[in-house]
Amino acid sequence: MTSVTMTVNGKAASGDVPGETLLSDFLREHLRLTGTHVGCDTSQCGACVVHVDGKAVKSCTVLAASLDGAEVTTVEGLANGELHPMQVAFNENHGLQCGFCTPGMIMSGIDMINRYKAEGKELTDDAIRHELEGNICRCTGYHNIVRSIKDAAASM
Amino acid sequence: MYAVNYHKPASIEDAVAAIGGADEAKILAGGQTLLPTMKQHLAAPSDVIDIRGIGGMTDIAVRGDTVTIGAAATHAAVAGSNEVGSVCPALAALAAGIGDPAVRHMGTIGGSIANNDPAADYPAGLLALGATIVTNNREIAADEFFTGMFTTALEDGEIITAINVSAPGKAAYAKFRNPASRYAMVGVFVAKTGDGARVAVTGAGEDGVFRHDGLEQALGTNWSPDAVDAVAVSADGLMSDIHASADYRAHLIKVMAKRAVAAAG
Repeated sequence: MTSVTMTVNGKAASGDVPGETLLSDFLREHLRLTGTHVGCDTSQCGACVVHVDGKAVKSCTVLAASLDGAEVTTVEGLANGELHPMQVAFNENHGLQCGFCTPGMIMSGIDMINRYKAEGKELTDDAIRHELEGNICRCTGYHNIVRSIKDAAASM
Repeated sequence: MYAVNYHKPASIEDAVAAIGGADEAKILAGGQTLLPTMKQHLAAPSDVIDIRGIGGMTDIAVRGDTVTIGAAATHAAVAGSNEVGSVCPALAALAAGIGDPAVRHMGTIGGSIANNDPAADYPAGLLALGATIVTNNREIAADEFFTGMFTTALEDGEIITAINVSAPGKAAYAKFRNPASRYAMVGVFVAKTGDGARVAVTGAGEDGVFRHDGLEQALGTNWSPDAVDAVAVSADGLMSDIHASADYRAHLIKVMAKRAVAAAG
């Protein structure tokens, strides 16, 4: 067992976890934050993407024990009284069908906008599609997801 | 995943001690290959030794015409590094093309080369650039480091601490991605150095990354895409699988070599 304390969505979260506990399991099973989804469990689909210290990572491919002292943000941590602009954009553009991939799409979308803004680069439709390489949607195709992220980029 | 003991040593000495005290230790640098491999039960170490708590492991610094990249520097860090960009922009571009954004935020250069996946990108870059792999015990030339598929010159208890890359005259990497996995079906890294041309191929060889003599001779004489045309690339020793035959991979080696030379200018 490893004792781990991290900040999750602004609150301290502690636990004794076996070495093999994945961040996705720690979030879902220990903290009951089931907004983070586990789709493929093989690092490909991106449904489990969360932010660790401000960067998008696949929470199914990170050991919880390795994140002592880290700041983690999940989809539950985005709304602050009102929905985050990315959540609004997914709602308004119908950027989802079944919704399973949506938490990961939203977290990856925010991450790419933050990076492109920091580097002063334009987030074109092509760039959004390229950046979504690690997020798979099996319902809608990607048109409305791309529209949602583009909309959010204008208001973030 | 089977049960595993997690360690995060603060020094190389403590890491070596943790390795020595374990039944079967694996070093964790980013985990983007190791953890999926453990989930599939293809690896079942008793202990994982996380080297990211060791000071200096993520540093990137330039001295003269050489950039030193800490073993635990992530692909995203290398891709965005001004230091790497100033010495070898082709290597930064290679890092920017590994996996996807979230994987690049965790995966590391040290982990990639220690694993030596036959379709990984970094082995081709470091072999073509004649990089030096620095460990806790010694320095290993890339030519001696990559010894076969998933095999390296690393000994038990040996930990990569950094990679030294000197500025090439010109360099570029061209990759043909597997349409599903996006790993390199064939990737070719070309470098023009003071000693001539160096050409390393990943994704194709049955023994992992390799240098191609014929392409190096042709490009050493005439650094241009046209020089590739006259080179015979044999399918002997190349992989055949459901994605591509050895003949197709041999063809792709020439196409990627031409694209890389054209990109290098």
